[in-house]
Amino acid sequence: MPANSFNGHTDYGIGIGLRVPHYAHILEKKPVVDWFEIISENFMVDGGRPLQVLDQIMEQYRVVQHGVSMYFGSADKPDRAHLKKLKALVKRTKTPWLSDHLCWGSVDGTYTHDLLPMPYTFASAKRTAEKIRQIRDYLEVPICVENVSSYAEYHVSEMSEWEFLSEVVERADCGILLDVNNIYVSAKNHDFNPYDYINGVPHHRVGQMHVAGHTKFEKYILDTHDHPVLDPVWKLYAHATKLCGVTATLLEWDDKIPSFDEVHDEALKANEFIDGAKKAKNSKRAAKAGAPVASS
Amino acid sequence: MPRSISSIRATGLKAPPKHAPRRLASTNDVVKLQRLMTHILIRPLTKSDGLQPVWIDGRPMTEVAEEFIKPNDRLSAFERLQLYNRMYWFRLIDIMHDDNPGLRAVLGDKKFTRLIEAYLAKYPSRSFTLRNLCSRLGQFIREESRWTAPHTALATNVVRFEWAQTVAFDEAQLPVLSAAEIARTPPVRLRLRLQPYITLLALDYPVDTYVVAVKQRNALRTEASNAVDKVREAKQSKYVARPRRERIYVAVHRLDNWLYYKRLGRPAFLILQAIAAGQTLDDAVTAGGRRVKPEQVGGWFAMWMELGWLCRKK
Ligand SMILES: [Fe+2]
Repeated sequence: MPANSFNGHTDYGIGIGLRVPHYAHILEKKPVVDWFEIISENFMVDGGRPLQVLDQIMEQYRVVQHGVSMYFGSADKPDRAHLKKLKALVKRTKTPWLSDHLCWGSVDGTYTHDLLPMPYTFASAKRTAEKIRQIRDYLEVPICVENVSSYAEYHVSEMSEWEFLSEVVERADCGILLDVNNIYVSAKNHDFNPYDYINGVPHHRVGQMHVAGHTKFEKYILDTHDHPVLDPVWKLYAHATKLCGVTATLLEWDDKIPSFDEVHDEALKANEFIDGAKKAKNSKRAAKAGAPVASS
Repeated sequence: MPRSISSIRATGLKAPPKHAPRRLASTNDVVKLQRLMTHILIRPLTKSDGLQPVWIDGRPMTEVAEEFIKPNDRLSAFERLQLYNRMYWFRLIDIMHDDNPGLRAVLGDKKFTRLIEAYLAKYPSRSFTLRNLCSRLGQFIREESRWTAPHTALATNVVRFEWAQTVAFDEAQLPVLSAAEIARTPPVRLRLRLQPYITLLALDYPVDTYVVAVKQRNALRTEASNAVDKVREAKQSKYVARPRRERIYVAVHRLDNWLYYKRLGRPAFLILQAIAAGQTLDDAVTAGGRRVKPEQVGGWFAMWMELGWLCRKK
């Protein structure tokens, strides 16, 4: 959906991740960019250069917060100090929505700093949804949960990953950050059809999408974010855009980061598929209108 | 010889369940599964960067992995867990590598990596942010000097200096106290505090100049890897000699969001230390010693105020 309650009724277009090697270029050249996604944890500090840069960026651009450590799926209670810092940042950035991953990564207060796959069970869906609700109520901002890439599955799982994602977001009444590259990576690693995944999630809840590059190895695919987006991922993106509508989209490029322009140009390729989706939508509307009276 | 890293027990993490839960009926079952997997992922790697073949209860790791992880036609359950085990270690070692160039130079890369493995095996991260990954490294070296011997004293000094840089980078900056505000309260009652981003260090080695030299050497190496004619120059500067013992006093701080270190004389250091400890201005000045002249103290305070170091104690 272009704008919905899960992305704060915004229509943000195509953004890229704000990364350190690009700071100087952005601040000096002030290139036109729809929006930047920031990694919340990089700015959950009390002072210094990170916040100075953030304030300068916010003078010119819209930013959206994306987290990597909230671990909605960790059975631990949310950490109070963490939430407090996150809320301070939410107030500073006025992010219209906030995203983090549908994964776990900590237990007993010990952090792995990884995005670990969930066991797809009703018990973990229930616990995860409760936690998302608690966090959203505290932060007072819409939340979109992102599907992760994974390299392992559990025997205890009771459903597919997309059924689990749907179960969680329906229970939590929250949005989805649909990462089509992650769907592709996990589909290859776990031998499912990525189109089944995209067809199977509640499209009206998708508030944002991610595209990114990955790396193929002999026996598995790794989500490396160090390449341009591969063709099959763009195709999935086009399919998702047709089903969900034109949605705020972000390119992730986190390693071997090339020039700002190269990253931005790669992100803007999404326009091609967005135009395709818009045309398809318009012709559907026209078909409903019946026969034209006269050609203009 | 150091005791093997694999025998170190992680602090802060409860013991793993004997077996992975067969089904997840409750949150408690989810915790058990997550605890088991965390214990496996944070176990130190083997010499060939693999998952350890024997679990803590003596069972083959393949058996433990198969109990809860599904294999596919390309990867066994063991191999799938190994991917995560390796990613955990590679990621964290990389970060600590970047955050501690000085310590790395003191120990050499191989010994540094052994130290980090032992440190993270005992003290896995307890913070949501990777910024705090090194926060207990100094404590660990004091507790287990065998990983840094015979350079433990120097290593301890370097770690304190490098952690002070993390603090200086992003700690809070409080409103600065003006001269007029200071003048308003009599010195016998006035208590000040230092900016939270300042760390005062009394060190036994001149690690400030050492770490800067190491960073310059590293920068030259990076440059050299991109330019053939620089290779010889870089090779010549390969080694930065470890510093000799010398008492120094230094404040690590920031100004206009750039990091600085500033050498201090002993009396100035003692005064600042007393301020940081919450003593009154009068007592803090006394802590500087009898030989300090009032005009000297006046000059120091003028400089500290110009640098924005002094704030009101809450
Ligand atoms: Fe993503």
